[in-house]
Amino acid sequence: MVKDNQVLEEITSKEYEHGWTVDLEADEAPKGLNEDIVRFISKKKLEPEWLLEWRLKAFRNWQKMVEPKWPNVKYPEINYQDIIYYSAPKQKVGPNNLSEVDPELIKTFEKLGISLTEQKRLSGIAVDAVIDSVSVATTFKEKLGELGVIFCSFSEAVREHPELIKKYLGSVVPMNDNYFAALNAAVFSDGSFCYIPKGVRCPMELSTYFRINAANTGQFERTLIIAEEGSYVSYLEGCTAPMRDENQLHAAVVELYAMKDAEIKYSTVQNWYPGDKNGKGGIYNFVTKRGLCAGDHSKISWTQVETGSAITWKYPSCVLKGDYSMGEFYSVAVTNNYQQADTGTKMTHIGKNTRSRIVSKGISAGKSQNSYRGQVHVLKRATNARNFSQCDSLLMGDQCGAHTFPYIDVENSSAKIEHEATTSKIGEDQIFYCLQRGIDEEAAVALIVNGYAKEVLNQLPMEFAVEAQKLLALTLEGSVG
Amino acid sequence: MLSVKNLKAKIGEKQILNGIDLQVNAGEVHAIMGPNGSGKSTLASVLAGREDYEVTEGEVQFEGKNLLELEPNERACEGIFLAFQYPVEIPGVSTVNFMKTALNKIREYRGQPSLDAVAFLQLMKEKMKLVEIDQSLLSRSLNEGFSGGEKKRNEIFQMAMLEPKLAILDETDSGLDIDALRIVANGVNKLRSKNNATIVVTHYQRLLEYIVPDYVHVLYKGKIVKSGGKELALELEAKGYDWIKNELALA
Repeated sequence: MVKDNQVLEEITSKEYEHGWTVDLEADEAPKGLNEDIVRFISKKKLEPEWLLEWRLKAFRNWQKMVEPKWPNVKYPEINYQDIIYYSAPKQKVGPNNLSEVDPELIKTFEKLGISLTEQKRLSGIAVDAVIDSVSVATTFKEKLGELGVIFCSFSEAVREHPELIKKYLGSVVPMNDNYFAALNAAVFSDGSFCYIPKGVRCPMELSTYFRINAANTGQFERTLIIAEEGSYVSYLEGCTAPMRDENQLHAAVVELYAMKDAEIKYSTVQNWYPGDKNGKGGIYNFVTKRGLCAGDHSKISWTQVETGSAITWKYPSCVLKGDYSMGEFYSVAVTNNYQQADTGTKMTHIGKNTRSRIVSKGISAGKSQNSYRGQVHVLKRATNARNFSQCDSLLMGDQCGAHTFPYIDVENSSAKIEHEATTSKIGEDQIFYCLQRGIDEEAAVALIVNGYAKEVLNQLPMEFAVEAQKLLALTLEGSVG
Repeated sequence: MLSVKNLKAKIGEKQILNGIDLQVNAGEVHAIMGPNGSGKSTLASVLAGREDYEVTEGEVQFEGKNLLELEPNERACEGIFLAFQYPVEIPGVSTVNFMKTALNKIREYRGQPSLDAVAFLQLMKEKMKLVEIDQSLLSRSLNEGFSGGEKKRNEIFQMAMLEPKLAILDETDSGLDIDALRIVANGVNKLRSKNNATIVVTHYQRLLEYIVPDYVHVLYKGKIVKSGGKELALELEAKGYDWIKNELALA
């Protein structure tokens, strides 16, 4: 036991790997939030009048709302007037090619392991990189353009495709959906936009890499993906943030819209700074993600590997409106030290013969708290709806907590709902078995945890799965007690 | 190869090993027999380095190194293999993946390069044949839903893959029917060489019909009370453990 504690000590004192900051000359708004700030952001982004009005409406709504207190997380009161709501690396608006991008930024991405120049050559992934609030460069645009696929920053979409933005913005997550979604609607700075035309199967994985760089900036990005009839797209989102003492707020909104026979696969690997081993600093991650299966036979699939953030509040959901539509949620959420996660999903069955599948794997270590919160809601007209849910929790050590809050609301008696849940501990027997075969303790934990999370990791695209496996191991190193 | 002197160990406050002396040389097979609770499995666990047990006295040399100073995984890398009495389940991890990780960790320890996928598969195919194990079993989650026979055969497959200097088989015969026993024993026999040694821990003489030992030791109350050749096992079978107990009581 003494030895185990030592290992735990060593590992948890290991510094966050992505904890560096870059001195980028930033173009910032003053601290605080009021209508003038909303106007400032909108003006900075050269937005049309209707969008400013939309933001202001959201802001006025937000002022009347209260922060939700129901999640199973604890944190000090957030002072919303002490946050900078807009920060952009200073550069000419809209770089057309990589040579126009600030070399410091390129270096930042190289540190993160995504070199844009490299990405350009390697086919397969198109990256829309977001630092702080502005999308820096979008690769592969031309190639995608030939197929009619639009993949660009949100601001660019506002300028180039206002009709699409006007039609779909807020169509899945209304501006006043919840406290954080309303805040996002008022001050969102940038994000990604993606449009797949009818019948097109997007030939590559589309990817965004988010990173919060400037101190005291909230990042409020907004992503909108529209898949027209019979189209397919797989989208990857990766996140890291530098190490800072104070907490940073992140309130993003993601909207997915799938028409008839369309399929959207959305994968996230989230590795934001979780705070230090005493629970100081770290990202507050309050995210609203929702997909609408609008058409018959459409499908939306969420896969997430959550290893970072001090607080995670996130429920990627599916609204299954079209008949025979399908929603999936695969999640691995890891918490260590003082991290808190309250995450899960919501499957709303509206159409007939709709199906949903939930596989949630929670892993808690250190003094962390890990909660699964999920709702399966079958509405009256959703005849023959089916759901399968599996919620597993794995505990490491004896000071962490795992909680499960499943809600099932069924209004149609033809529904079939299955729910399975398990809680287990990494056994000393398992560790010893590995040790006896020559595998050291850290590798043993990585092996066992990856085995446990395999069903979810298998859902990730290949290159992401490898990264996710390494992340899991890194987050949990030495936490067996 | 292995030299155990006056080894004493306890679990919690309970003293289990009371001074074991044992000398094992390369090329030899030793059988450790004894009634339930005599300390057979404890001896196997202590040699493998299980932390539940505390060594209170004595010394263990393995290939000139002080074994008791080494971590369990270092002992494995030095060439000690324990075939578990109750092999552990690891969901989501296949035997293939498990062995690949283990083999490369051991190679790393010995300063050898990792085996690439092709070389690993080739080695695996060869060893699969040796211990008559099916590929489909190796792709499943380690020991999860395996029958008793499958678990033990899988242990022997792992032993074949890792090619230990000293293999300790802890009650490998328990829970096996006669066919499974024969297959497991065949595997062990094929792996025997003049360079390695085997310690067979067993309650019954049955296994020793298939794995013929050079020496038999009888363990009772944490001490080796009688040693002899393979005929000692037969004598034990015929007379039962009470014979030993009575003999000790008289002395």
